[in-house]
Amino acid sequence: MNGPQDLGGRDGFGPIAPDPQDPLFHAEWERRAMAMVVAAGGAGAWTIDESRFARENRDPGEYYGLSYYQLWIRGLEDLLKTKGLVTDDELSTGQADGPADVTALAADKVGPALMRGSPYDRDPKGSRPAFEVGQTVQTRNLQPRGHIRMPAYCRNRRGVVAAVHGYHVFPDTSAKGDRTTAHWLYNISFAARDLFGDRAGENDRVNVDLWEPYLNV
Amino acid sequence: MPHDHSHDDLHGHPHDDHSHLDDETARVMALEKLLADKGLIDPGALDVILDTYETRVGPRNGARVVARAWTDPDFAQALRDDATAAIHGMGFAGRQGEHLTAVFNTPQDHNMVVCTLCSCYPWSVLGLPPTWYKSAPYRARAVSDPRGVLAEFGVTLPEGTAIRVWDSTAEMRYLVIPMRPEGTEGFSEDQLADLVSRDSMIGTALATTPATGEAA
Repeated sequence: MNGPQDLGGRDGFGPIAPDPQDPLFHAEWERRAMAMVVAAGGAGAWTIDESRFARENRDPGEYYGLSYYQLWIRGLEDLLKTKGLVTDDELSTGQADGPADVTALAADKVGPALMRGSPYDRDPKGSRPAFEVGQTVQTRNLQPRGHIRMPAYCRNRRGVVAAVHGYHVFPDTSAKGDRTTAHWLYNISFAARDLFGDRAGENDRVNVDLWEPYLNV
Repeated sequence: MPHDHSHDDLHGHPHDDHSHLDDETARVMALEKLLADKGLIDPGALDVILDTYETRVGPRNGARVVARAWTDPDFAQALRDDATAAIHGMGFAGRQGEHLTAVFNTPQDHNMVVCTLCSCYPWSVLGLPPTWYKSAPYRARAVSDPRGVLAEFGVTLPEGTAIRVWDSTAEMRYLVIPMRPEGTEGFSEDQLADLVSRDSMIGTALATTPATGEAA
C-alpha cells in the first residue's frame, strides 16, 4: 500500500540522533511488548507479512505518532481481532470469554524455535528464474492497496540484477495468510541518481531485494 | 526529595511510583494477561525470549564472524559464496537470520544497511536493532542521503569512496564486513572481535583502530 511505512527518500523527519547509551528497551512495557509479540507469533496463527501489514495499515498520523513498540502492540491487537482470536469486548474489558483455538508456543519449545527460525525459501519445482546476474531489468509501476515490499522510490526504474537469492515466499500473498506461493527473488542494484536525482552521490548505488512479479518480464 | 509524581507517571517514568501506571504499561499488562488467560501465550515463553535477546544473542556473534573473516581467507571466501551456510556453520542461526548475505567494505566501496519499509535486521548475528535503526529519520534518509547520515554518526569517507546502501525488503539479512584496521597484525580473533562494533556491521561506523581507540 502507499502507506506511512514507505519512508525511503522522504524529507522532514529530522536528524537521526544515535544514542551512545542505547538501551535495548526504554521501559519495562517495551520488554514485555517485544516478547509478547514474538511469543504470540510463535503460535503460528499469522505470517510475518500479515504482521507487517497489520502495523502499516493505518492512518499515517497515527503511524508516525506511535513509538516502535506501540506500533507492535497496535498491530498485534488488530491481528488478534482480524483472526477472530480476541474480540473487541475482551480487549476493552481485559476479561477472557473463553480459550482461543490456538496452541501457544510453550516455554520449553521457545529456545529451539528461535534457533530454528523459519526459512522462507521454497522448492521451485522446475521453475527457472527469468533473469540472470548482470541483466538490466525494469521494475513495474505497482501500486496495490494491499501489502507489497517494493518501495515507491524504485518503482518504474531500471536496475541491474546483482544476485538471484532463490525462490522465496511472496509477501503480497503471504500478507493474506498464504504460506506457499513463492517467486524468484533477486537483488536489484540501482544507480542512486536514477532514484534520487542530484541529491545522490555520483557513483553511489542502492540495492533492493525484489521478487519477479515486481519486474517487467 | 520531593518531585511531581503525577507528571512523571503520565510521561513515561512509571517506575518512579508504583501506585500509578502509565497508559501504555497498563495496556501491555492487560493484553499479556488476556493472551495468557486465552491460552495464546505461555507467560514463561516471554522470559525465555527476553533472556535470549538480552543475554545470549547480540552483536558479539557478528563480531566473531568479522574477526574470522579477517584472519581466515578460506572463511572469507565461504562468506562471499554462501554467507548463510558459513554463518550457520559457526552456530549463529535462527530467527531473523535464516537467509544471510555478507557485504565487504573496501577502500573503493562502503556498504550500509537499512530497512526503509519496517525494521528488518539480522537478529541472529546482531541481536535486536537499536532505536535509531528503526526510526523514521534513518529509514527515510539512509537511501537518499547516506553521506549526510554517516556525518551524523561522525563518519566521513575518503573522497572517491562509493556507497552502496542495501534496503532489506525481503527475508535476506545483510551483514557488513568492515575493513580490518591498520596496526592489528598478529592480533588474535578475540582481540579483533573487540574492534568490531555493532554499528560497523550496519555500516554506520568503521571498525575501531586499536592505537588510538578511535574509529579508523
